[in-house]
Amino acid sequence: MATSPEPARARRIQRFTRTERTLHWMHASAFFALLATGLILYLPALSTLVSRRNLVKNVHIWVAVAWAVAIVVIIVVGNTKRLAADWREIETIDRDDRRWLRGRKVPQGRFNAGQKINALLTVAFALLFALSGFFLWLGERDHRFLFAGTGTVHDALTFLSVVLLVGHLYLALIHPSTRHALRGMTTGEVDVAWAHKHHAKWVEAAEK
Amino acid sequence: MNDRTIGRASFLGILGAGALGLFYARDVGNVLGRVVPQSVSSIVPTSGWRIYTVGNSMPTYDPATYRLTVGGLVDKPASLTIADLQKLPRANQVSSFHCVTGWVVDGVRWGGVRIADLLDHVGADSSAKALRFVSAEDPYDDSLTIQQALLPDVMLAYEMDGGPLSRPHGAPLRLVMPRMYGYKNVKWVKHIEVQASTQAGFWEQHGYDVDAWIGKSNGYFS
Repeated sequence: MATSPEPARARRIQRFTRTERTLHWMHASAFFALLATGLILYLPALSTLVSRRNLVKNVHIWVAVAWAVAIVVIIVVGNTKRLAADWREIETIDRDDRRWLRGRKVPQGRFNAGQKINALLTVAFALLFALSGFFLWLGERDHRFLFAGTGTVHDALTFLSVVLLVGHLYLALIHPSTRHALRGMTTGEVDVAWAHKHHAKWVEAAEK
Repeated sequence: MNDRTIGRASFLGILGAGALGLFYARDVGNVLGRVVPQSVSSIVPTSGWRIYTVGNSMPTYDPATYRLTVGGLVDKPASLTIADLQKLPRANQVSSFHCVTGWVVDGVRWGGVRIADLLDHVGADSSAKALRFVSAEDPYDDSLTIQQALLPDVMLAYEMDGGPLSRPHGAPLRLVMPRMYGYKNVKWVKHIEVQASTQAGFWEQHGYDVDAWIGKSNGYFS
């Protein structure tokens, strides 16, 4: 709990706009739906328990199509400039970030280096899921596009994404010093005091 | 290299590695398959068998009630237990299993009966041109021409890899047609209809080719 002598209602600062939050929660919902249906298609124990392969497969494919459409719609209709700025920030792994990754306590921007890597991997995995998923679909229909490793890539991405997800959920929901960040993704705002401690470079620049 | 290229290069590197993986990752998966213990890979497949079922639940084999019925264009319609089938000449073979979705299992050992021996037993009519294999898994079925079914490596298998066929693999009886994709290899076979022509099976009604030759079917121009 905060020990600062601030008034009961702490000062807040906006961290995520509505566009960013919409993108996050849309992706999260689609991910869980795709993970659930994907595991039913992939794990023998679940496949045989649920069966109805054709139905589950169709749900999986149509959720994926809806996910792709929603991504494009949010990017186009939402605050595109803001998303572009986010991506610029995420791609920039500066000297402070590299020191932070080596375990040093260095001031961080709106995203710390770990969050940047998580975001880079999440986007890369999403694109590769879409690519390998598309070729799984096409390859079944036209065997000229049935490449040997497509299924393995799709499966491996599942493993890697689940590892990433577990870390993300731990930090967002359980770990005491970081879980405050969750309200940034639900309400859009975080406490200024918390932000000073965890994202000093961002708050200082924002308050100038 | 500035601060931004590090992140971008890593991002593009991962995308490139993933795209290359479409062509080469199966070899990596196969290596993993040898390293990962059987107990793990039976829960989380790294390579090899996937179990696909289409019905509401997987059929259960009860030796007391199970009968393979053979009907249609035959002189003597038959109703056979697995023990009856085991009295027919036994055939063994080792063959590969190719799924239409891309995975392959090599060196599967099958034991069972050849179609020719079964057809002799029931006396197929000369007008018969095809066999339709009906699964206990409703609504799954598929058919082969008699010519295809009489190829030397086609059989009705009641044994796999040295033991009785297991439930996920179609106990007690499945069709083995190694030259065609897995969806022709009907599991949980309970009825064989001897008929004048083939008809589209379950997956064929969902767009797959009826003549499912491996490497020569399921292409737009094949």
